[in-house]
Amino acid sequence: MPTIKLNKERVKELIGKDLSDEELKEIIPYLGTDLEEITSDEIIVEIFPNRPDLLSDEGFSRALSSFIGNKIGLKEYKSEKSKYDIFIKKEVKDVRPYTACAVIKGLKINEEKLKNIIEIQEKLHVTYGRNRKKCAIGIYPMEAIKWPITYTAKKPEEISFVPLEKSVEMNASQILLEHEKGKDFAHLLDGKKLYPIFMDANNEILSMPPIINSHKTGKISESTTDVFLECSGFNFDVLSKAINIVVSALSDMGGKIFDVNLFYEQDPLGKLTTPKLESNKSFLNKNYIKKYLGLELSDEKVVECLEKMGFGVNIQKHFFDVFVPCYRSDIIHQIDLVEDIGIGFGYNNIESDDNRTYSLGKENYSEKIFKKIREHFVGLKMNETNTYSLVSKDIQNKLVDNVVFVKNALSSEFNSLRRNIMINLLHNLKNNKMYDYPQNFFELGVIFKKDNSEFTSIKESNSLAAIFCSENVNFTTAKQHLDSLFQDLNLDYKIEKDENNIFMSGRTGKIIFNGKIIGFVGEISPKAISLFDLEMPCSGFEIELDNIISVLKENNK
Amino acid sequence: MSNIISELTPLEIKVFPLLVKESELDKIVKETGLKDIEVQRAAQWLSNKNLVKLEKQEEEFINLDINGVEIKEKGFPEKRLLKLIEKNNMKRSEILKELSSDELNVSIGLLKRQKALNIEKENELIFSITKEGILLIKEKNDLEVFLENIFPISVNKLNDKDKKAMNELLSRKNILKKDKKTYWFAHITDKGKEISKEIGKDSLKYEEKLSSSMLKDGSWKNKKFRSFDINSKVPRINKGRKHFVNEAIEYMKSLWLEMGFEEMDGTESQSAFWDLDALFVPQDHPAREMQDTFYLDVEKSKIEPDLFKKVKSVHEFGGETGSKGWKYEFSKDISQQTLLRTHTTVLSAQTISKLKKEDLPKKFFKIGKVFRNEAVDWKHLFQFQQVEGIVVDLDGNLAKLKGYLKEFFGKMGYTDVRIRPAYFPYTEPSAEVEVYHPGKKQWIEMGGCGIFRPEVTKTLMGFECPVLAWGLGMERIILAYYELTDLRDLYRNDLEQLRNMKSFLK
Repeated sequence: MPTIKLNKERVKELIGKDLSDEELKEIIPYLGTDLEEITSDEIIVEIFPNRPDLLSDEGFSRALSSFIGNKIGLKEYKSEKSKYDIFIKKEVKDVRPYTACAVIKGLKINEEKLKNIIEIQEKLHVTYGRNRKKCAIGIYPMEAIKWPITYTAKKPEEISFVPLEKSVEMNASQILLEHEKGKDFAHLLDGKKLYPIFMDANNEILSMPPIINSHKTGKISESTTDVFLECSGFNFDVLSKAINIVVSALSDMGGKIFDVNLFYEQDPLGKLTTPKLESNKSFLNKNYIKKYLGLELSDEKVVECLEKMGFGVNIQKHFFDVFVPCYRSDIIHQIDLVEDIGIGFGYNNIESDDNRTYSLGKENYSEKIFKKIREHFVGLKMNETNTYSLVSKDIQNKLVDNVVFVKNALSSEFNSLRRNIMINLLHNLKNNKMYDYPQNFFELGVIFKKDNSEFTSIKESNSLAAIFCSENVNFTTAKQHLDSLFQDLNLDYKIEKDENNIFMSGRTGKIIFNGKIIGFVGEISPKAISLFDLEMPCSGFEIELDNIISVLKENNK
Repeated sequence: MSNIISELTPLEIKVFPLLVKESELDKIVKETGLKDIEVQRAAQWLSNKNLVKLEKQEEEFINLDINGVEIKEKGFPEKRLLKLIEKNNMKRSEILKELSSDELNVSIGLLKRQKALNIEKENELIFSITKEGILLIKEKNDLEVFLENIFPISVNKLNDKDKKAMNELLSRKNILKKDKKTYWFAHITDKGKEISKEIGKDSLKYEEKLSSSMLKDGSWKNKKFRSFDINSKVPRINKGRKHFVNEAIEYMKSLWLEMGFEEMDGTESQSAFWDLDALFVPQDHPAREMQDTFYLDVEKSKIEPDLFKKVKSVHEFGGETGSKGWKYEFSKDISQQTLLRTHTTVLSAQTISKLKKEDLPKKFFKIGKVFRNEAVDWKHLFQFQQVEGIVVDLDGNLAKLKGYLKEFFGKMGYTDVRIRPAYFPYTEPSAEVEVYHPGKKQWIEMGGCGIFRPEVTKTLMGFECPVLAWGLGMERIILAYYELTDLRDLYRNDLEQLRNMKSFLK
């Protein structure tokens, strides 16, 4: 979630109230943002991903001023009709098919505002725009553009312009290979035969979205007053919201909004204009509020709460007409309005309700068995470990098969799922080498193996491993402990001689229970011992418990 | 007096009579063959009983260092140089065959001061001896006399002449080194003297151990038994213990069971479909990216086709839930990725998908491992435990959710719970849970909670029902309890730590 730094003075100016730091600290967390810090000149907040409209001084202040009751209710924005046309060619269909646009005039841009505008663009790119994939926003100075504009796509070799903050012309392939932004976002055009561009009436390239603007026609400065805004991506509604968020913030900065007429050459959208600044009417069932919040609220109270959150409301008999402002992208269900009523009411004002229906607690049967096993081994003076489910692939490859690897592990120590717990226990002995022996450990936990018959292609089992380490341990030590466990559980098992990579040849066997192989027991092979840098004999066993648990459950019905 | 004797340990009885004749502990060690530490301990115990008085003496020793050993064998380099040039003048290069350049440089300095040497420069330096030099060869100087001693030698035993030589040698490089040795003496006190006369008398013989044979033949009746110092420290027992984190989990589980919650079950590896899609987390959500989630290298997960269709449509346009959905093209490939569960909420999703309306109300919990692809440091682990709970109740609401959290944390010793707005893709309303720690007098963040969105419940259950849900970080609770600050300490599995952690009790 993005953290943003708001200008404290600007926020106070916008909300029209001089709140103290203490008051801000009290209020902001209950507005639905995480307050990180208030410094002498900044308010640092974390904005949740559902509220991209709060990512600017203007957007944040708009919400805050209404939340404190200063400028409540629906805030409406209006745009003027215009003759700014943009033609969207069919070539963009398989590349980046949609755009939504607007023109803003009369901005008095100073250094601070310029910084803010670029900041809004960047934060929206990262969050709402999913790093420009879902939507990318371009801002251009009007004075450099000759209308009408065309949004089309061309072959990379046909695209050539001077990218922002550069002095030489580059073609599209060069930009993707050499330019910093080009390299960062080249993956978004991977596999495309054509690359999208905005072009003006002079055939001057404005930008190649979602990568970079042209230096000549796509750079706003402190002398810019009028700007052209476009937003490109894959879903028109998503882009339309993004444009509204930017437009409403620029309007709050003092700009005047103008329409742009979009002509889609090959799309059901056909001809339309953006930005679409009308509020959206939603229905909110009265019962729904009480059902989810557990609050008994009068109609007037509901209206007050909604208006605090910036909505317009009409009261009807069984429901409310709620008018959702154009910059809110997160109201997709009436439950979203219910939450805002809760926030408007104040989460801190909601009393807990301790009434509840009677129900019986129930523990998993397997957990009861685990508890018994823990008690058993603790009684034998063994120590329980709790190790990670991830272990080193290199080590597992030397000892076991059917191991599940992690695709994107950060560390070579933890890049595969444990095939057994014995490996963890051996590793744990290594970590405890500085202490006296005997050292006897056990662990209960999940083990993993590849198995395509499972839904996830991974078979998980509950497993128990025990290891004994001292000068005097041998096969007998392990078998004694195994015997004593089965005796406690009132079950029988058999051992058959076997060979494997972890145990010593001739001193190991598989454990058979109920006709199935459930594990192994033996003296750890010197090779395995040295693999873990140990210099002390070890023996142990490991058994998968699921079969045992189901038999126990059956036996004890 | 017999009281004191009855308290003497076998070790004291062995050492004490020897101290009458010899007070130096090192010598007793040699005489008795006992271990150094045993004699020390016996002397300490005797001193505690005022039978001896301990005295510590330190002695400074002087020993030969590396160069000293060589000089003792070959002589001082300046003397060796003089001997080389005694008969004939020599070039520097020839001398360097016999002396190292370090030795030569030291010697030149010393000998020039004593006017024992002339150096001329032709193509290279040429050394010749003077009259003074010839005299020097003949006499044995104080330094040489000093080195004839047998080392190490006590500094206290040196006369003034020796001391002067020693100091001069100490100023030269690596010839001598100083060492310190500590001697312990146990001087027998008056009380000790009296007691020592009594020791060994038959009437004052005490048995150390009550044996089975004494019990069998009844001989215990005629014996006296030593009285123990019952306050002395005893060796620690190496006990077996449950892992303290598991102990805490067991405790917290018992609270949820008491509150009427059923435990959920489910796997640690999951499909992206269940872990995220079924919970209405959009497929392009930042948390799903590679750096946050462990993806597993196995064949694509299989998904039940009917449910897949429902989840796909709810993401794309809201399905039949009254929602607008996320408005994007839902990808089956992304759904079929296999991952390590990022939250135990996946178990809640699976659990409610099996519920029927007539089963309600139902309450479930799970304390289980979850995974995040993070580098390990003191405040990050890639694997931790989440306390998951849901209440599936047509009458559930946010106020009741707060009630359940208050009850659980009340049982955990936190006096108050508060919530503030938060955001999770699968809950609405969503909230952050904070609890009041009465000891620290501060609010601590404990995790998230909320009510499952209709997009989740209606899709998985077939009908809309408020499902109150929470996912709490268990590690925070445990760290606070054990006063640890480093998360890694919870899973270090250090044997000493495992044995010595206090029990988890509230």
